[in-house]
Amino acid sequence: MRPRSTSPLAHSSSPLPPPFSSSSPTDRRLNTLVRHLLVENSSSVMDSISASPTSAFHGDSVFAHIVRAPEDPILGVTVAYNKDPSPVKLNLGVGAYRTEEGKPLVLNVVRRAEQQLVNDVSRVKEYLPIVGLADFNKLSAKLILGADSPAIQENRVTTVQCLSGTGSLRVGGEFLARHYHERTIYIPQPTWGNHTKVFTLSGLSVKTYQYYDPATRGLNFQGLLEDLGSAPSGAIVLLHACAHNPTGVDPTLEQWEQIRQLIRSKALLPFFDSAYQGFASGSLDADAQPVRLFAADGGECLIAQSYAKNMGLYGERVGALSIVCKTADVASRVESQLKLVIRPMYSNPPIHGASIVAIILKDRDLYNEWTIELKAMADRIISMRQQLFDALRARGTPGDWSHIIKQIGMFTFTGLNAEQVAFMTKEYHIYMTSDGRISMAGLSSKTVPHLVDAIHAAVTRVV
Amino acid sequence: MALRSAILKKALCRSSVAGARSMSLWRNVDPAPKDPILGVTEAYLADPSPDKVNVGVGAYRNDNGKPVVLECVRAAERRIAGNLNMEYLPMGGSVKMVEETLKLAYGENSEFIKDKRIAAVQSLSGTGACRLFADFQKRFCPDSQIYIPVPTWANHHNIWRDAQLPQRTFHYYHPESRGLDFAGLMDDIKNAPNGSFFLLHACAHNPTGVDPSEEQWREISYQFKVKGHFAFFDMAYQGFASGDPERDAKAIRIFLEDGHLIGVAQSYAKNMGLYGQRVGCLSVLCEDEKQAVAVKSQLQQLARPMYSNPPVHGALIVSTILGDPDLKNMWLKEVKGMADRIIGMRTALRENLEKLGSPLSWEHITKQHDALILSNRLACSATVG
Repeated sequence: MRPRSTSPLAHSSSPLPPPFSSSSPTDRRLNTLVRHLLVENSSSVMDSISASPTSAFHGDSVFAHIVRAPEDPILGVTVAYNKDPSPVKLNLGVGAYRTEEGKPLVLNVVRRAEQQLVNDVSRVKEYLPIVGLADFNKLSAKLILGADSPAIQENRVTTVQCLSGTGSLRVGGEFLARHYHERTIYIPQPTWGNHTKVFTLSGLSVKTYQYYDPATRGLNFQGLLEDLGSAPSGAIVLLHACAHNPTGVDPTLEQWEQIRQLIRSKALLPFFDSAYQGFASGSLDADAQPVRLFAADGGECLIAQSYAKNMGLYGERVGALSIVCKTADVASRVESQLKLVIRPMYSNPPIHGASIVAIILKDRDLYNEWTIELKAMADRIISMRQQLFDALRARGTPGDWSHIIKQIGMFTFTGLNAEQVAFMTKEYHIYMTSDGRISMAGLSSKTVPHLVDAIHAAVTRVV
Repeated sequence: MALRSAILKKALCRSSVAGARSMSLWRNVDPAPKDPILGVTEAYLADPSPDKVNVGVGAYRNDNGKPVVLECVRAAERRIAGNLNMEYLPMGGSVKMVEETLKLAYGENSEFIKDKRIAAVQSLSGTGACRLFADFQKRFCPDSQIYIPVPTWANHHNIWRDAQLPQRTFHYYHPESRGLDFAGLMDDIKNAPNGSFFLLHACAHNPTGVDPSEEQWREISYQFKVKGHFAFFDMAYQGFASGDPERDAKAIRIFLEDGHLIGVAQSYAKNMGLYGQRVGCLSVLCEDEKQAVAVKSQLQQLARPMYSNPPVHGALIVSTILGDPDLKNMWLKEVKGMADRIIGMRTALRENLEKLGSPLSWEHITKQHDALILSNRLACSATVG
């Protein structure tokens, strides 16, 4: 029988228990033995120890007090979906693109880039620099800011490769918490579920600004202007560059211009989350307009880019953080500080996904082919929106469903409440987040009818 | 289109709006010092001399000074390319990769694996595993601190500092003998408050290459039990130290036999040459399955706001290799080959220095383990034949 250790730190906040306080080494060993013997013979002590037939007494873990964390609300949907045996189950939870056949898609250009990598025997797997792959960084900045961007030409942009959108937001948040004079970030209401955690753990305090109007299922523009207007000068503002997640509601370009003026007049710091460039409208340039509007006025901003959706590189974790600065010298100093955030987090970013992106962006033909494949994905989603809308109308489902075709990007904020969602999951095996968000990418022409049945039932039977 | 360019033109002409401020928000940002280790490589790359030698960063080189991609890795990549999708991994990473990785550290037939007592997640190599553990330690034992050996890998200090945990040091390296300061080490273990957290290098201590002997590890383990200390092992070189992964895991196995509930950071950067892929694993041995489930869920809660889920490619390479007996054997041979070459380099370096008639003692070069040598006397003028 193996002896187990006993840690006096079973409950981290309590003082040292008697056996270990001031006794001699001999006493301590005797105490340990006694505890072993007590455990063997005393059933009451055994009750307090988790039963396991194969175990003898286990020393108390320093982490014994830890409770199980709740499932991530978004990723937890897929977990639940996977457990469901129903043949008609539909996963409209996580924002990952699916084909008409309901399959994940690896783009042709990605496969070709991959082959290039595999066939190139001179390629090594050495550590990237802390800031990542240089080519990738330059090309990513051009992608979002435009090849002719003055900020780039003047070397005022520092770009560091990060782990997809999440990683870019986190590194940016940590940098701001250390070097920026304002510690408050305003995020739209609602927003992607992970934003709050990312910025809180970065060391920022999170406030919200009005964004979505449930009555119109569109933008609450007045509320947005009011809230940003009353934010303290210098506060950070998180902006979804396009295809707002979860609502799919974007400001028009005219509204963006007003937002820009307000932000600049109050010296607020814009932080863009660009997770869907090219995916929203089908055009990379069109989807980048809001960001370019801000970069063009000479002011500073942060931009988090992700290639998870628009290049289908989800699990490779490819993204970039760009900080547009006033001068090249500032950009260089900022970059050096970003390295200090990254090094103790993961040292340097993963090479594979960034290499794929760099190959595609560098090559004229691959780039063009990418834009075509990207447009095809965006078009399929737009067509799903139309089909769902038409089907709900044909069914005579009560309510105004026009927001389905007005909203943009991968998600539709249906307006269904948590009870209706739970009903749809239970009775129709539809998996979606409880805020009523559905991923259009998870729909196909074949599955639209089933979803319509579910929505119709939910809306007529559950209030 | 016309509307868009009109708005853009307006924005460009705007000089009166406060957006065109003259001063940067970052004007007070100081330039950060270069990373002491990675900065060496930067300087090396910038040097035009044909005679330059980079003995800075810990990345394996073959006899021609070139980086190496292992054959087993190439084989795995050929299998992977074109065949699989790139969907998100779960927050805890690749289950298959984690399972295989735990076997390396805890033993192929470990009862802890069978009993599902290990909370484990895929991590961003060794750095990511240490950082995740440090954040976890801070969250759930907020009043704790970490004891770090002197010296240690420089980034260890950064990691626990950014996790906002106070650091203490413990004696480790003995400069006079260029070996282990065992007495100092044991004293520090005894004098630390009961239940302290200690960072231990499982094998091939970085940067000294000095490891405790098996007997010494047993004494350390015993003293840890007496004091109720928590042992966190950073194992970045399993297989690289002796050429035998089982042997390199000895310290961990001793602690497991003695009943410690340990934490382990594992990395495939060196032993599988997967440096830039960032593949590793963080594990925490718990009292039972229920606790392991709880701890794992909390580790995931820390990963989610850092990077959501870990990169898939490197994990696929690892699980492809370790899951295939032929590839695994190929790997074991290649790891031994790398370790042997390094041991050979130690011998050659020592012999050459002695041949050159150096008055100093160089026996520590072959006594120390693995790729790293701590040599405060290695003068710039010394040349290796």
